[in-house]
Formats: sequence, C-alpha cells, structure tokens
Amino acid sequence: MNRRVVAVAAVVILAMMPLVLSEFYVTLLNYIGLASIVTIGLVLLTGVAGLTSFGQAAFVGIGAYTTAVLTTAYGLSPWLTLPISLLLTTAIALVLGFVTLRLSGHYLPLGTIAWGISIYFVFGNLEILGKYSGIADIPALNIFGFPLRDGHKFFYLIWLTTIAALLATRNLLDSRVGRAIRALKGRGTMAESFGVDAARLKMIIFLHAALLANISGWLYAHFLRYVSPSPFNINASIDYLFMAVIGGSAQVWGAVIGATALTLLKEWLKDILPKLFEFNGNYEIVALGLLIILLLHRTRDGLVPYFAALIPDRQRRSPPAATLPLPSRTQPATGKILLEFNRVTKSFYALKAVNNLSFSMNAGEIFGLIGPNGAGKSTVFNLMTHVLRSDDGEIRLCSERIDRLTGPEIARRGIGRTFQHVKILPNMTVLENAALGAHLRGHCGVAAASLRLDRAEEARLLDEAAKQLRRVGLGDRLFDAAGTLPLGSQRMIEIARALSADPLLLLLDEPAAGLRHMEKRALAALLHELRQSGVSILVVEHDMEFVMNLVDRIVVMNFGEKLAEGSPREIQSDPAVIEAYLGGIE
Amino acid sequence: MTIDIALWLAQDAVTNGAVYVLLAIALVLVYTVTRVIFVPQGEFISFAALSLATLQDGKLPGTVYLLVGGGILVAIVDVIAAIRDKTMHRLPRILIVNVALPFLVAALAWWTAPQTNSLLLQILVTFAIITPLGPIVYRLAFQPIANASILVLLIIAVAVHYVLTGMGLVFFGGEGLRSRPFLDITFPVGVLNVSAQSLWIVFTSLALIAALWFVFERTLYGKALRATAINRIGARLVGIPARFSGQLSFTLAAFIGAASGILISPTTTIYYDTGFIISLKGFVGAIIGGMTSYPLAALGSIFVGFLESYSSFWASAFKESIVFTLVIPVLLWRSLTSPHVEEDEEQ
Repeated sequence: MNRRVVAVAAVVILAMMPLVLSEFYVTLLNYIGLASIVTIGLVLLTGVAGLTSFGQAAFVGIGAYTTAVLTTAYGLSPWLTLPISLLLTTAIALVLGFVTLRLSGHYLPLGTIAWGISIYFVFGNLEILGKYSGIADIPALNIFGFPLRDGHKFFYLIWLTTIAALLATRNLLDSRVGRAIRALKGRGTMAESFGVDAARLKMIIFLHAALLANISGWLYAHFLRYVSPSPFNINASIDYLFMAVIGGSAQVWGAVIGATALTLLKEWLKDILPKLFEFNGNYEIVALGLLIILLLHRTRDGLVPYFAALIPDRQRRSPPAATLPLPSRTQPATGKILLEFNRVTKSFYALKAVNNLSFSMNAGEIFGLIGPNGAGKSTVFNLMTHVLRSDDGEIRLCSERIDRLTGPEIARRGIGRTFQHVKILPNMTVLENAALGAHLRGHCGVAAASLRLDRAEEARLLDEAAKQLRRVGLGDRLFDAAGTLPLGSQRMIEIARALSADPLLLLLDEPAAGLRHMEKRALAALLHELRQSGVSILVVEHDMEFVMNLVDRIVVMNFGEKLAEGSPREIQSDPAVIEAYLGGIE
Repeated sequence: MTIDIALWLAQDAVTNGAVYVLLAIALVLVYTVTRVIFVPQGEFISFAALSLATLQDGKLPGTVYLLVGGGILVAIVDVIAAIRDKTMHRLPRILIVNVALPFLVAALAWWTAPQTNSLLLQILVTFAIITPLGPIVYRLAFQPIANASILVLLIIAVAVHYVLTGMGLVFFGGEGLRSRPFLDITFPVGVLNVSAQSLWIVFTSLALIAALWFVFERTLYGKALRATAINRIGARLVGIPARFSGQLSFTLAAFIGAASGILISPTTTIYYDTGFIISLKGFVGAIIGGMTSYPLAALGSIFVGFLESYSSFWASAFKESIVFTLVIPVLLWRSLTSPHVEEDEEQ
C-alpha cells in the first residue's frame, strides 16, 4: 500500500460523505475544508519557510467582505468579485510583505498581529460593512445555472478547492522553487549564494498564503451567505496557526490533519465541558491551550510524522531520467587570468582585516590562500561572496568587477562556494541538497511548478545533481536525508552542490576542517581530479600539509597583508612565512 | 480642540504611556533572554488588578488557587525529575518553595481579605500572588522546550494566554472590576486637575525603571541576564544556566506586570481579558524599539500612549485600528534602516 493509493481512497471516501452524513456533519466538514485552504498556505509560509503570520483571518475577511459588499450593495456577480478580491488582497499583501519580510524573526508575527487587529476593528466600525452586525443576504453561487444553496452541494466546491490547493502546493514544494523555499528557514544566506532571490521568494509565498486565505473567505461568504467581523478576528488567525502547528510542516496534507483535529477538538470540548463543569466558564480555551502545550512538548513537528509512519512512502531508487543534459558554460582557457584582487582593503573600525591585497589567479589552477588565524583569509572570502563589502580596491572575475554585486548576481557570474561550517538542509535528501546548487540553471517559476509543467527541466536539474554527487562519491546515498551523513560526506555534498552550479570558479572555505585523515586524502584526490577536468579552484585553508600537497600556487596572508606568493616549494622555504607560522628563528 | 482638552489628553497619554513602558520593558526582557514573545504578559496585569479589586471587596481572589495549583504542579514535575536524576537531596527545597510557600501566601491572602481597609497589605498580597506565577509559567510551559524555535515558543505563549484568559473568566467572572484609588485627591495645575493616581503611576514607573537599571547594571544577577540576552551559549559556558535566567526573567516580568496592574486598577475598569489588548500596545512600543533596546521601547510606548489618547478624541471607534496600524510605518522605517540579519535557526 503506498501513499497514492491511500490518497485516492481518502478522496473517494470524502466524496461519499455528503451522501451518508447529516447536514450538521457536512457543515462541519465544510468548515474543515475552508480552514484547510487557509492552513495550507500557512504550512508553506510558517512551517516550511519559517515566516509566522497572525494575519491570515484578516485576509479571509477581506475575501469575504469584498464579495459581500459587491454582491449585495452593487449587485455584481460572485464570479466577478473573486478576481477583484484577489487583486485587493495582492495589493495589501504586497504592502505588508514589503514592510515586514525583510526584517528578522519576530517582526512578521507582530506586524501581522497588529494588522489583524486593526482590520477587525475596521470591519466592525465601517457603516458600509454593516458594523458589528455584518452583512446578510449574500447571493448563492451559481455554477452553470445550478445554484449551490445547501451545504451538501457546497461541500464539493469547497473540497475540490482544498484538494487543488493541496496538489498545487505539494507540487510547488517538490520543484526547483520549492527547494529554494525550503532553504529559506535559517539557510537564506546559503540559498542566496546559489542565486536564490530570498526576498522575492518570501514575498511570493506570503502572497500565496494570503491568496489562499482570500479564496477561503470568498467561499465562506457564499456558503454561509452572511458575514460579520468575529470570524476574522485575531483568535481566528491564532486558530489557523494552531492548525498548522498541530498538523506539522513535514507534509502539506498536515494542514488538513491540523484543521480537522482542531475543528473536531473544539466541537468536542464545547460538547463535553459544560457537562463536566456546572459553572459556565470559557473552559474550551483552557483545555485547548493545555492540549496545545502538551502536544508541542511531546512533538514539535506536529501530528503528521505519526500518520506518515503508518503509510510508508514508496522508496525512490533513481532520479528521473533526463533526455538531454543541461547546457554548461564555456570555461576560460587554461592560463588566462580568472580572478584578480587589486589593492583591496577592508577595515573593521581601527583593525585593517585586509590591507592593500593584490593577487591574481589563473584559470585551471588550484590556488591556495593560507595564513595563521586572524590573517584575514575569511574576510577575503567574504569580500568575494558579497557577505562583506570592501572599502577600497577592486575584485574582478574574468575582468568584470564583482565587488559591488549582490549574492545572487555573483552566483550568476559563475562563483560556486562551500561553507566553513557546513550549511546543508538536513531534512532534504542528498540529491535535493545538491540540486539546489543548480538553481540558476533552471527557469520554471511558481506557476509552472504548481501545475507540474516543469517536469522536463526538473529531470535535467536532478540528473545534473546526481551526476555531480556520483563524481564526489555519493552516488549510492542520493535519497538519504542529508543530515544523517557524517561530516566528511556533508562537505562532499557541499562540493557537489557548488559543482551543480557549473561554476567558473569553485571557492572552498576550509574544506578540510574537521575531517579525519582518510577523509582529507579522499578530498585531495577529488580536487586533483576536478582540476584535471578543467575546474578552477580557490582553497582557503590553514591545514598546511593538506594545502602544500594540493595547490599549484599559494598566497600567504598575515595581519591582513600579503606575506608571500609562489609555488608550494617556494613558500615552504620562505623565511617570512616560516617566521609567521613557527615564530622567529633565533 | 481647546488647549485644556489637549493638555488633559496629554496627561492621559503620559499615564497610559507609563504603563506601556513597563510592559514593553518586560516584553523586551523576556524576549532577549528566552526568545519567547511573551503574549500572556497582559494577563499578569489583569490578574493583579482584579486580585487587588477582589481583595478590596473582602473576598479571596481566584488567582490564589492558580498559585497553589501551579506550585503543586511544579513540585510534581520537579520531584519526578529529582527522582529520575537521583538527586533526592533537592526534595525538601522543592517542596518548601513550590508547595509550602504558595500555601503560606494563600493563608496570608485569606487573612487579609476581610481587612478591607489595609491598602498596603492588599498590595503586598497581590504582589505575593502574582509574581510567583511568572516562574511557574516558565517552569511548566517553556522550560521543557526552552531550545525550540521562536515560532514554537510563540505558539506556546499564545496557548498559555488562552489558558490564563480562560481561567481569568472562571476566577473573576465576566464583570469588570475597578479598585479604589490609593489617594483620592487631585491637584490643580494650571487648567488641569492632575489626579494623585496619575502621579502615582508616573512616579512608580520611573522608580521601577530606575530599579531595573540598577539591577541590570550593578547586580550579578542582572548582569547574568544581560549576558544571556547577548549570547546564550556563551553565558552557559561561564556558568549561567539557561533555566536560571529564564526563571529570573519571567519572575521580573510577572513582578513588573503585577506592578502595572496594581497601578492602573483604580484608573480604569479591568475585565478578565483586558490584559491582552494592553500587552499588544506594549508590543507596539517594544516593536518601535526594535524588541531589543530598552530606552527606545520606552520612548515608543510613550508615543503609543499619546497616539491612543489623541485618536480616541478624534476617531474613538477607530482608536485601536489607528494604534495598531501605526506599526506598519514603523516597521517600514525599521526595515529600510536596519541591516538584514539572518537567524541561524536550529533545524
């Protein structure tokens, strides 16, 4: 039994529900469907990308009120109000997103709490929106002349929308853009160094979540045919967040599980608690709060992992076959100048971390940058990769200045890098991690991914990633979760990821740090092999032995300045270098 | 708007702003030390105000049961942990701190309740009931998953808010309460009648801020909290356990909340759920300060007080909308001026 069978069975059972259930339960299922649509957006936004929104109910409210006002007061068709409310929500979400998404962690929840509360008071106080008593007599929806007047008929519309939203969101996550989205949570810098425009991507998923909420609100208004402010207050937004957290973010269908669990739980608590306590208090929210705390203490990942464990997934054994490989760059001719530092200076207050540094590296060589701790190696690295901005001087790649470009622009010019502290996504497969490196070599966007129009390109990207992984010796671990591999292999994933970008220049930041002796030898062998195939490599490292046996030329840095430059043999006998590394010889 | 109305509104603004300042400071403190966006801070305020008013009515406030019940729960959790870790010598201390002390406070409250004229005693008892709720909440809700992501901690904070609000309704009912003013006199200052209560509020807030400054700058515990706020791992390495700083920051937050509640309870009618909206306004102040700077948070809170006061004059129905919409331009300004930082979130 695999998941596809289970999913089809679930849909069939769901479709039969209105035939056997009473109006009360069908209505309950309708509410679950409406909540699921909102929660699907939140799972993506909050669960996957780590951006918390307390404003989803407000977006639902915008959808509901727009259609309520336009159909009752102005007599527009509901099918016309849907695009209008979608546009309105887009505009609002763009403004909200613009002011909050660039900021770190806590601003989005707080900003959206504030927006959620203020829109609630606007709903409750505007004359045209019926103040706190709301708007009644909203027309029923007509589909090809059939009015959807009761819950049994509306059920199919709600759940078809839910399933469509589920499929589209799942497809989106399993794509080039999806991998980038999954990298946003805590790995944004890494993703940017492979060309992911993190700010734009955050905006896209914020919009995605807002628009789903809007659609749910539009359905809600025509299902209930009455709107009032209270279902769109901050508590409703909190409920949606609870649903997302209860379900968990591991799978998109966690949204449906979370929505079902919370709706049924609230219904059940409303039923049972007044029987237990004679005094009429608000015991539901106490019980609900306690249950949420207990659940999160037990499992931070929500309920989905429990359900997922019951239905084992089909194991994938090979990446999809690609018909033709990705186009690759023409590498510059060996011996041509590839990278140039020209009098580069970077100070932190009084400290000159890099002082007037000049050197150049040729295409096709392995170039080493070494020096004692604090020599300025990492600063040099960061200057090349947009993490820091130089005060003076120029850095050129293939004679084009790169020191004023953004991370994604540098990635586009052909610099692929690894990180001193490994930055992989432990829950993604090894293959997906490596495929993130090929981000810029694909072009399909959100729409194509949601509709599965990206499969041919996706196969080519995965094929390329698999090829690079085989090259670094991880061909048999493609579908393992990357976090389960030892550090040495994780460094290899990083190299495969950088190679998947088809770089002109491969930057390795202390690749041997933390590796055991055998792993270092394997790494050195790999780098030799890469040079044979024409890749240019710059290594920043302080393991002398590793560097000396590997590189063609070396620049030695000390106190931010170039101390020496030359072949390993020359460097090893250079008195200044010996003094810097071993202390003076008396 | 005449000049005296403007002045009167300004007085109102400063009085409310002073409370928001306290709130914002507590929120910043808890957030920087524990990464918890502490939504339930407002419940300490409403619980303190309502407990004081209930005591003045000669009745035992329901928060006493919360204190005793919470203490017993903490004791159970700690005893289980002590048995598991085989550190039995901790048992007497656990029982004294978490069971005996709350019962002592309960007895004190029970003895105080009939003495409806002793304001000082009532205030002391209110502090004694509310302040320990801070560490109790931390121990039960947050300490078991102190290293979870900010999101999970936030969701837990919201759940705690639900639990406390629901219990507030049980303890105090849906009716609002207001306590008697400490000193029922007003001073004529120019065209204004300044009430003694607003002076109380402003001066107590100032005194509390000075005291907190002293704690953070001059005491070892205060410095430990600051160290944890700046670098959690570093603080742990030099022997400041996260558990300790978490409990201390929650204790301070509850204490500040109790003080704010006691201060405002004579000026406005407090309901069981009033705290939430007050604490959200404190949040707005704290956001203006970027959630990390105390002086900026204080300035922001005073600003919120002014905005609220004047917008209630011009557009009273939209008062809340105006205050909360203000966050958007503030966020815009912060997003344009502050550099982009990425938190390395644990996976």
